Amino acid sequence: MHWSLELIISLLLLIGSSFALIGSIGLARLPDFFMRTHAPTKGTTLGVGSTLIASMIYFSVTNGRLSVQELMITIFVFITAPVGAHLMAKTALHLKTRPISKTRNSPLDKE
Amino acid sequence: MLNFALWLSILMFSASLGLCIYRMLIGPDIVDRILTLDTMSVNAMALIILLGIQLNSQLFFEAAMLIAMMGFIGTVSLCKFQLRGNIIE
Repeated sequence: MHWSLELIISLLLLIGSSFALIGSIGLARLPDFFMRTHAPTKGTTLGVGSTLIASMIYFSVTNGRLSVQELMITIFVFITAPVGAHLMAKTALHLKTRPISKTRNSPLDKE
Repeated sequence: MLNFALWLSILMFSASLGLCIYRMLIGPDIVDRILTLDTMSVNAMALIILLGIQLNSQLFFEAAMLIAMMGFIGTVSLCKFQLRGNIIE
């Protein structure tokens, strides 16, 4: 394999795993649920998408033909992540999960 | 270079799975655990993709696709159960 292709694949892998690690650190460290739901649904989705693009380039180069299954998984993850995040935020509002006390204009304060 | 990047990525995804398990254990509410389950399924899917690159085999994409779909369906059904009390009305 040519070294520039190897460099591109390695950079995509490292960018993807860094974003996934940052998303999980946010999931472990942020103070309340409505902040915690940001980190995995944005960071981890981008990280997995980048890893899948790296895998697509690797198998396209080693097999000599274009492989598109990874692109299908990427599109699926990119479509379903916002839907899941919206449902989880709706569930948290329904269950009256309290945000931290510095939050302004919370819908739970009006009741 | 590719081998080093591959092992470093596997290490970082495993560390993020460990952080997910930490949040799953201490999560104060049930929606935190649903969110963690979603994140864990996505991270496990990425680990399977990296294993496929390491073993140079394309047989793992079906497993990754299945894990992605099952994670999404699990998230949606748990959220619907928490919202409405039953899943299929």
